[in-house]
Amino acid sequence: MNVQGSISENNFEQCIKCTICTVYCPVVPVNPLYPGPKQAGPDGERLRLKKGFYFDDTLKYCLNCKRCEVACPSGVRIGDIIQLARIRYGRKSPKIRDMMLASTDLMGTAATIVAPVVNGVLAVKPVKTVMDCVLKIDHRRTFPKYSSGTFENWFKKNACKIQDRYGRFVSYFHGCYANYNYPQLGKDFVAVMNAIGYGVRLLDKEKCCGVAMISNGMIKSAKKNAEKNLSSIRKAVGEDMRVLSTSSTCTFTIRDEYPHLLKIENGDVRDSMELATRFIYEQVDKGNVRLAFRKDYKASVAYHTPCHMEKLGWSVFSIELLKMIPGVKLTVLDSNCCGIAGTYGFKKENYETSQAIGKPLFDQIRNVNPDFVACDCETCKWQIEMSTGYTVKNPVSILAEALDMEATIALNKK
Amino acid sequence: MKYDVLIAGGGLSGLTAGIRLQKEGMKCAIVSSGQNAMHFSSGSFDILNRMPDGRMVSGPASEIDNLPAYHPYRIIGKDNTVRLFNEIKPFFAGCGIGLTGSVEKNSYRLTPTGDFRPTGLALDDFVLLETKNGSCSRKVMIVNIFGYLDFNTKFIADALERNGMECGICSVRLEEIERLRKNPSEMRSTNISRVLDDDGICGKFADEVNKLLKDEECVVLPAVFGLKNPGIVDVLRDKVKAKVHFVATMPPSVPGIRTQMRLKHVFEEAGGRMFNGDTIVSAKCSGHRVESVFTGNFGDMELKADNYILATGSFFSKGLVSTPDSIYEPLFGIDLLCGESRAEWNNLQFFSKQNYIGYGASVTGNLQALKNGEAFDNLYVIGSVLGGANTLYEGCGAGVAIVTAMRVAEIIAEKQGE
Repeated sequence: MNVQGSISENNFEQCIKCTICTVYCPVVPVNPLYPGPKQAGPDGERLRLKKGFYFDDTLKYCLNCKRCEVACPSGVRIGDIIQLARIRYGRKSPKIRDMMLASTDLMGTAATIVAPVVNGVLAVKPVKTVMDCVLKIDHRRTFPKYSSGTFENWFKKNACKIQDRYGRFVSYFHGCYANYNYPQLGKDFVAVMNAIGYGVRLLDKEKCCGVAMISNGMIKSAKKNAEKNLSSIRKAVGEDMRVLSTSSTCTFTIRDEYPHLLKIENGDVRDSMELATRFIYEQVDKGNVRLAFRKDYKASVAYHTPCHMEKLGWSVFSIELLKMIPGVKLTVLDSNCCGIAGTYGFKKENYETSQAIGKPLFDQIRNVNPDFVACDCETCKWQIEMSTGYTVKNPVSILAEALDMEATIALNKK
Repeated sequence: MKYDVLIAGGGLSGLTAGIRLQKEGMKCAIVSSGQNAMHFSSGSFDILNRMPDGRMVSGPASEIDNLPAYHPYRIIGKDNTVRLFNEIKPFFAGCGIGLTGSVEKNSYRLTPTGDFRPTGLALDDFVLLETKNGSCSRKVMIVNIFGYLDFNTKFIADALERNGMECGICSVRLEEIERLRKNPSEMRSTNISRVLDDDGICGKFADEVNKLLKDEECVVLPAVFGLKNPGIVDVLRDKVKAKVHFVATMPPSVPGIRTQMRLKHVFEEAGGRMFNGDTIVSAKCSGHRVESVFTGNFGDMELKADNYILATGSFFSKGLVSTPDSIYEPLFGIDLLCGESRAEWNNLQFFSKQNYIGYGASVTGNLQALKNGEAFDNLYVIGSVLGGANTLYEGCGAGVAIVTAMRVAEIIAEKQGE
């Protein structure tokens, strides 16, 4: 939000102590050890500015969901204040476990080579027990499966060349999930973009957006990734391409966390970095693109708004696109945090909190009993699948299933 | 992205207008930059308690014509105002929100600081007294939750005793609530309410209250019940062996938030769209028309509508902005009714009438915004961003918010119908 008259770097002085943020924090009701966004954020900041000694370790319970910021009527960047305090004053260096969970590129690159082995091993009970005891990764968690081979490799081998047929292009920030765990999402994205007449390019060099590094205190690595990503994004934007992503968290991190938490300026390319659903919706809305749907596609879908999507304010685009599919019966679920918050919920010490936070959402999904859940965030997907048994699909994958590809291609041929 | 009506502000006024319009078949979106004043609600909806000259009002309707011509009630006219007063209760009932009291005659509510103040309507959690010196029973037990500091039992007891009631004060300790106290800063109304929303725990609370009762006919409790489970209020009333009365607490206000969530739910269920945590940053106008607006989250994508409603609230919500020497409406630069020089703005006596609270947008008889003396065709103003009513001093904030919203909804619906 546009804040007028802020005099401090992180605008904590705009807080008028109204307490509204405390009502919308998902952690406070389930974990009384967390002092809440007002105390952890602007109130605590007054003390920390005096002396870092006043930093409180319980700030680690903050999910960084930013729901406090969405609720704040004074535009205080409460979540940023808390995360910045962790970065500046945190005394503990990240544990091996945290580094493993956060180093998605390293772990992903290694694991995709021997995916069947890794997937098999990670699913074995004794391994889960050891991980639980030694690494403090909760044994009730199921790791997202690694794919055999990355999306990038698939793209280079199978899709790259044919992209030259198109006259207009977008660049794709696939993110770690599409690359290492679920290349099908990337393939779906390419199929949809091609169908609506856009060629897809990959960035020169894509690194993990760094969201898990930021939340696990690996700021130097996060900054390195951010610099590399921004330089690739700048190059793509320079070639007149929008950079699209299929992950709300990657998008949010690159647009907002880079400047706010990592202090890396992105103002020149921020508007060019967006979610695929926003881009597609806008093209359809402007009449530049037309979609034709399969007549035999029928599904009842429940849409979940991830926290970072709530903060971006962009769930409307995914929802409106899903509503365009004639065979879809859509329920928009109440916007509640699912509790996973990236790596947070995988940690043994957070398991109970994580599940308690997600409970209202899980209950509502069971109540609605859809064919599947739609959601723009991969970690929400894991959490919802683990906790409810319902399948979760990215809206772009749903589009790929529901589009009559040939008819759409014909409609959008130049 | 195109809507029939785009509303800036998701408070009481914006939501009321949104629900009305959506139910008229219009496609509405509300851009809401953060949560609103309902979170500090006393639970009462004041209609008109006092005239600008200080005279107390007992029947709001008969005083409308005695208000200054620039007052929002006068702007929409006595007939419309009184007609819409009478629609407030049915409108809220239709949204699943029960109101008590009357728009015809003011009654009295007990404030958290132990004062009896007039009001027209109140959420039906609350009890209204017919007179300032009235009483609700002979003997009262005021029960707090141990460790909860936003409910001042002594103030309330003093007030009730002044009116001749005999008061006892005590507090209940429940282990489920005790765990909240691990963090003293989070022993708040809403957190307590989430615990007490559970039927079993609320039942336990009622049992504890019953143990404390001797021959009291009435129990006074902090209004911390029913945040997400409004039915719990009835469970409590049923189980406690005395009449249960609630008194509002310091913010956050559980009944206010429940009401706001309910209105938002009704709006969305009717097909309305909320853009939460977003702010309109600029508008594109041509001649007397607003063409489109831009928001923080939508970035370079325009939001368009046939009609726009400004319900951005007063200074607190940044619907109005003040600098050391000026006051302005930040979105459109609408003409304001406000004091020329800073000296007129405020009174150094904090609790006296503060003129700045009455400042706000200047409008036509149809509540269209004026700029440089000329009216916008499709920009309307409702709620506390309107000038001309000192809502705090006159006790008319909720009334103005609701009836101006209803009136604009009618005007836009008529216009669209043509």
